[in-house]
Amino acid sequence: MSGVAGQTAAKTDGWEPKIVAFCCNWCSYGGADSAGMGRFQQPASARIIRVMCSGRIDPLHVFNAFLEGADAVLVTGCHIGDCHYVNGNDKTKIKYKYLENVAHELGIEKERLQLNWISASEGEKFANFIRDVTAQIKKLGPSPLKPEGVA
Amino acid sequence: MSDIKGTENKSAIPKDDEEKRVGVFVCECGVNIGGVVNTKAVADYIGTLPGVKVTSVNKFTCSDSGQADIQAKIKEHNLNRVVVAACSPKTHEPTFRACIEEMGLNQYFLEFVNIRDHCSWIHMWEKEKATEKAKDLVRMGVERSKLLEPLQASEVPVTDKALVIGAGVAGMQSALDLADMGFHVYLVEKEPSIGGRMARFDKVFPTNDCSICILGPKMVEVARNKNIHIMSYSEVKAVDGYVGNFNVKIEHKPRYLDVAKCTGCAKCSEVCPVEVPYDFNEGLGTRKAIYVPFPQAVPLRALIDMDNCISCKACAKACESKAINYDMEPSYTDVNVGVIIGAVGFKTYDPEPRHDFGYGLYDNIITAMEFERLLNAAGPTGGHVVRPSDCKEPIRVGFVNCVGSRDKNTNIYCSGVCCMYTIKNAQLLKEKRPETDHTIMYIDIRTPFRGYEESYNRSRNLGVKFLRGRPVEVTEDPVTKNIKVRVEDTLTQEMRNLEFDLMVLATGIVPNEGIGQIQQLLKLSKAADGLLMEAHPKLKPVDTTIDGVFLAGCASGPKDIPYAVSQGSACAGRATIMLKNKKAITEGITAVVNPDVCVGCEVCISMCPFQAIRMDEQAVKANVVKALCKGCGTCVAACPTGALEQSHFKNNQILAQVKNVFKFQEVAA
Ligand SMILES: Cc1cc2nc3c(=O)[nH]c(=O)nc-3n(C[C@H](O)[C@H](O)[C@H](O)COP(=O)(O)OP(=O)(O)OC[C@H]3O[C@@H](n4cnc5c(N)ncnc54)[C@H](O)[C@@H]3O)c2cc1C
Ligand code: SF4
Ligand code: SF4
Ligand code: FES
Repeated sequence: MSGVAGQTAAKTDGWEPKIVAFCCNWCSYGGADSAGMGRFQQPASARIIRVMCSGRIDPLHVFNAFLEGADAVLVTGCHIGDCHYVNGNDKTKIKYKYLENVAHELGIEKERLQLNWISASEGEKFANFIRDVTAQIKKLGPSPLKPEGVA
Repeated sequence: MSDIKGTENKSAIPKDDEEKRVGVFVCECGVNIGGVVNTKAVADYIGTLPGVKVTSVNKFTCSDSGQADIQAKIKEHNLNRVVVAACSPKTHEPTFRACIEEMGLNQYFLEFVNIRDHCSWIHMWEKEKATEKAKDLVRMGVERSKLLEPLQASEVPVTDKALVIGAGVAGMQSALDLADMGFHVYLVEKEPSIGGRMARFDKVFPTNDCSICILGPKMVEVARNKNIHIMSYSEVKAVDGYVGNFNVKIEHKPRYLDVAKCTGCAKCSEVCPVEVPYDFNEGLGTRKAIYVPFPQAVPLRALIDMDNCISCKACAKACESKAINYDMEPSYTDVNVGVIIGAVGFKTYDPEPRHDFGYGLYDNIITAMEFERLLNAAGPTGGHVVRPSDCKEPIRVGFVNCVGSRDKNTNIYCSGVCCMYTIKNAQLLKEKRPETDHTIMYIDIRTPFRGYEESYNRSRNLGVKFLRGRPVEVTEDPVTKNIKVRVEDTLTQEMRNLEFDLMVLATGIVPNEGIGQIQQLLKLSKAADGLLMEAHPKLKPVDTTIDGVFLAGCASGPKDIPYAVSQGSACAGRATIMLKNKKAITEGITAVVNPDVCVGCEVCISMCPFQAIRMDEQAVKANVVKALCKGCGTCVAACPTGALEQSHFKNNQILAQVKNVFKFQEVAA
């Protein structure tokens, strides 16, 4: 973590954070598709990883993303009550509390780990979410966990 | 920290020794991708990654020639993994899976990367960044593809029965078509009669034929058809299972009389002392606490509205067939069906809470639905349009279009039918009483489809006036109760002060009550308008993302009757593919237990919403029942030992993507 200060100072206006966004197949991934279909422009910061249900998102995936260099990790799924598999997202919600605690312990700012429920039709919401998170992360600068030299 | 990394051994996989030979196919999608992302640069870069044997850029990878290119390269380079970087797997994955399967590759050896919806379309003015992002996305896909394992999609048997929810004109059409093809249909309608909205209209545009005269015979046909089991005054309470094999619980609300004995004579209504506003007439006029829904109701049976019944028991004495039973409880039926068609329709926008254009404040402002009932010969006034304040027949009638539609304060979408039904209603009254004077205040008049523009022209010829503008002020004359409107004629840019005896609001189409429950029961998505969402707006307009579930009519967006009927038939056609083949294909993605690692803690059992995990006979190891597992992977993320994996979404596969978001190798080098 020694390089943090230097990296933060080195950030420029052109710096684009790298955000890993986990999306469930049925809702939030569809929301990202709808953002495309509606041409809702957004910063080129997010890299989406599709899983079938948000319930599949494992702390292992989230923290590996941080260790590999993610400036933020997004956990997304269907609105509560709308999960394709009845209630996978209820379990995500519970798990997310644990993720938040561990992230806090690791000194990861809360803006870097975010949970959002986005339906398959909420393209604009998806785009706004990416825009908001990107703006927040640009203020914070690169993640303190980002290994040296990772792009 | 170390234990987080340490859990990586979760992803221990059997050795797969075959060398990975990946082919990457980058699609330009015409200019959709190619106009933003430098596809050649992406392909060149990806070609440098280990294991990538060939890359190719196509104008349209999904076209015949694009697919032929994939197949030729599979052969030429002996590829065993294929990465397609194009649009969305949600629409095109099946196409490419079939394409590689034809070449003898397991269909799960395809990796689909979305560089259109998730890249070129959302970074239209940042070409360089979009290109860099596309490289990342494809690299993630390539690394994941190398770890993909073969799977078998499974075939499930399909029960050759159907459930149709909602018996409006759309649902009735589905039921009739399916029944005529020989399939048994359960037609569940929450109201005491089938027929839906159309049963309430006087006439229907564009030809203005009598609505019940064309719908009534159809309702009777539904009732007569031996393959259709109507369950009126009933609702779906639970849906379990999956395509081919849905178990559905249906609740029959008590009518408080024995439908087998009731003849629909309505003698009971004659003696009932309780009068309440008549819902079928939009609350205009009254009905009794015991009533037959309307004269053409199917089934033609009475029911008691217990909320308003005073238990005087007069009806029981009057009923000659001794049908009345005040102690009836709801009853339930469980049915097993292969497919489900949702045709739950719509309701109209309610202008009351916001008092749009004075509705609810002034007596002489009514909705179009109320106007439809007043026009109807079977309606509360025998077909005389009168105004509420004094029951006089109005001369000057104003119509306001787009109420609750095309308005960012309510709903932004166009309800599609209001222009046409307003034109119809003005015409009908003008024809009945030529002395009347009609002004339609509109934003735009929209008249697509056969006969619609002609109907508009006809109303102009009849003398209906069209004024382009929305009322900015609506008041009531305290003495005459006439409605005074200030409205800008936006074509002449003049402010006009108009006075009407009656004003009618063209309220739009909004989601029906209970649509949320249907959405959750069927696991569907809602679109931005709050109505149910189809699988694809163009190519799969009546399918949903749930196999075996289809949508018809206004349940999935505003529609007129011909469109709703077409969709009803379309659903029947789509459903028949499954019903006739008696089988459906389901994804091979499931959870898998590694018994060597499982410690029998049973955490996974509590996670699974489908009770798909059971302990084995000795009660020491978890066991996934493949037929029940839907492959969500929730149990996998919860398993503390790493004994569970989800096929096609294994930890190592997901982590390969995570790792390759970043370009650390290059920088480190
Ligand atoms: C004022 C007005 C005038 C119109 N005039 C015309 C016209 O002249 N010509 C024309 O082409 N179109 C007209 N339309 C449009 C027309 O009403 C629709 O196209 C048509 O009714 C759609 O049929 P549907 O079967 O989809 O829905 P609906 O007619 O709404 O039927 C849906 C049925 O499902 C039932 N249902 C709802 N929820 C459930 C549930 N949870 N469980 C079981 N059953 C349920 C409902 O009770 C209803 O019977 C008009 C619309 C309005 C508002
Ligand atoms: S018992 Fe109820 S429904 Fe029957 S007549 Fe009396 S009030 Fe009407
Ligand atoms: S993957 Fe989902 S459905 Fe399958 S066993 Fe696990 S929790 Fe149940
Ligand atoms: S499927 Fe979207 S959260 Fe479960």
